[in-house]
Amino acid sequence: MSQHAPAFARRVLGAFAAAVIATAATAAISQTLNVYNWNDYIDPAVIERFQRETGIAVRYDVFESLETLEAKLLAGRSGYDIVVPTNEPTFSRLIRAGALQPLDRAKIPNWGNLDRTLMQRLDRSDEGNRHGVIYLWGTIGLGLNPARIREVAPDAPLDSWDLLFKPEHASRIARCGITMMDSAIDVIPTVLHYLGLDPNSTAEADLRKVEQTLMAIRPHIRTFSTGGAIEQLATGQSCLAFAYSGDAIQAADRAQEAGQGVEVKYVAPREGAQLWFDVLAIPKDAPNAEAAHRFIDFLLQPEVIAAVTNHVAYPNAVPASKPMIEPDILADRNVYPAEQDFARFFTIGAVPQAAERARSRMWARFKAGR
Amino acid sequence: MSWRLPAGRTLVLALPFAWLGLFFLFPFLIVARIALSEAALGIPPYAPLLRRDEQGTLAIVLNLGAFALLVEDSFYLDAYLRSLRVASLSALLCLLAGYPMAYAIARAPERRRNLLLLLVVLPFWTSFLLRVMAWIGLLADNGVVNNILLGLGLVTEPLRLLYTETALYLGIVYCYLPFMVLPLYANLVKLDPALLEAASDLGARPWRAFLAVTLPLSLPGILAGFMLVFIPAVGEFVIPELLGGPDAQLIGRVLWTEFFQNRDWPMASALAVVLLLLLVLPIAWFQHLQGRAGGGR
Repeated sequence: MSQHAPAFARRVLGAFAAAVIATAATAAISQTLNVYNWNDYIDPAVIERFQRETGIAVRYDVFESLETLEAKLLAGRSGYDIVVPTNEPTFSRLIRAGALQPLDRAKIPNWGNLDRTLMQRLDRSDEGNRHGVIYLWGTIGLGLNPARIREVAPDAPLDSWDLLFKPEHASRIARCGITMMDSAIDVIPTVLHYLGLDPNSTAEADLRKVEQTLMAIRPHIRTFSTGGAIEQLATGQSCLAFAYSGDAIQAADRAQEAGQGVEVKYVAPREGAQLWFDVLAIPKDAPNAEAAHRFIDFLLQPEVIAAVTNHVAYPNAVPASKPMIEPDILADRNVYPAEQDFARFFTIGAVPQAAERARSRMWARFKAGR
Repeated sequence: MSWRLPAGRTLVLALPFAWLGLFFLFPFLIVARIALSEAALGIPPYAPLLRRDEQGTLAIVLNLGAFALLVEDSFYLDAYLRSLRVASLSALLCLLAGYPMAYAIARAPERRRNLLLLLVVLPFWTSFLLRVMAWIGLLADNGVVNNILLGLGLVTEPLRLLYTETALYLGIVYCYLPFMVLPLYANLVKLDPALLEAASDLGARPWRAFLAVTLPLSLPGILAGFMLVFIPAVGEFVIPELLGGPDAQLIGRVLWTEFFQNRDWPMASALAVVLLLLLVLPIAWFQHLQGRAGGGR
């Protein structure tokens, strides 16, 4: 309690000072850091510790879709110092639009803690890793309720995309509810990959094949959701969901807490799953880039990022944090894939705007079911 | 030359015009300008209209591509038509539900009217978003309605209520009903009861008196209520998103997709400009009717 009160006072004072006037660089208390992150994506204790250690007040704001983040940054003067875009399509596009500033590695001594191979995978979106460091990462796969799927479709393979994309399985699983992620940018590359095509393909013929695959299962989809997959899986409203790894794992935790006998599992299907990275980056016009660098450096400490991973169930890119991560998270190969799992993961690249329009148009048809 | 102070009348008129110019015309011109520019990657994500070429000549580059696509691709027309259909049907449903309410309040004893009006406006004291979310709790598969139906044994499996067209209309009618009731009430309460007595003295039954006297006299109220529901309902985004099915691709959603997903600000702006024109026409028509009704008095 005694720790919370001053932190809160500082935050309020800091916010107040920043709102009134920005001249007060004299006192540490007036420094503010504006963070714009995904919702439910940090351990609140980590922010408090940062404020305590640095005296910088954190104004923490959340978004729930990349589109919102991108629109704010492209409109200019967003006022944020730290943003957390996903590598593709948003991070790479923000770099090309000139919306992010290069990081000053001299101000991030903990850069050395980062996993080299993971950072190399990010190179495709940001050549030379100049604009961002990996915050958390994960895959896109299936969140499922094995018991209920067994009931309605005993012979369906629980580790395969066939479960969702083959009408003979989807039609039976529809009885306990299928939730589709309402996100063309996440689903279309996965379907392309499932069909054995290049996940970055923009060819019309390929897109038509994707549409056929999706249309065939359209009658069996109960809901489209952006952030609702966790709740729907956890409450048993659906038994199969196209979901981010961490969301499905959070759903599993919540289902367990609720104690209603709902069991949820995450699967990165054997045919391959899209690997993504959420990146800590600094907008070009960040009011307090100095504090932003400190925040990035702070997060890259093993014990800090371990606390984040323990809280949100997404893996991080700091190998030294592993000893401090809860054993059941670390042991779950769906969260922390083994080395050989990476072979079937794929990453995506940027797509030209005309192709994106074709994709979102197809997506609208798919959602409408006509 | 002699200066004359503007008459009080001119001043009074200038204020709303200045207001309209500042908060309607000016923003509209900004949107129209973006609609005529070209999408680009950058901050902001469109190219400026006024450009200097290599020789330093200033040129205005207008891009009609967004409007052309709007006409070419039937997707947009479909969305407009669907939105207009949803909005007019919602306004009609609001009228059917709101007219008896307004009528009853207007006919209630005077001391009770304020309380009844308060009850109509009371939901506004809660956040709009919260009220729409409450419908999710009511209509969900394991929601209140389904639990009651299951409990009574009326159904054996939960009904699909949420994310359907029914839920969409329920949400819109619920949220916009006060906008129908209030203008109708304001109109009906002014109705001279002597007119109805006269109709009855002349031998008209209550129903006939209603059709021949009350209904025609309340027409301005009906039109005002209809417009107040119809116009915001056309561009409604939140209710279809939260309650409607995935096939509810109304123009608000299409605009959102163009702006956020495709990051095509010119296209989104073109959609908004056309939507505005679609809405200005019925308002102009309404003004025209109002003017006629006023002139006849």
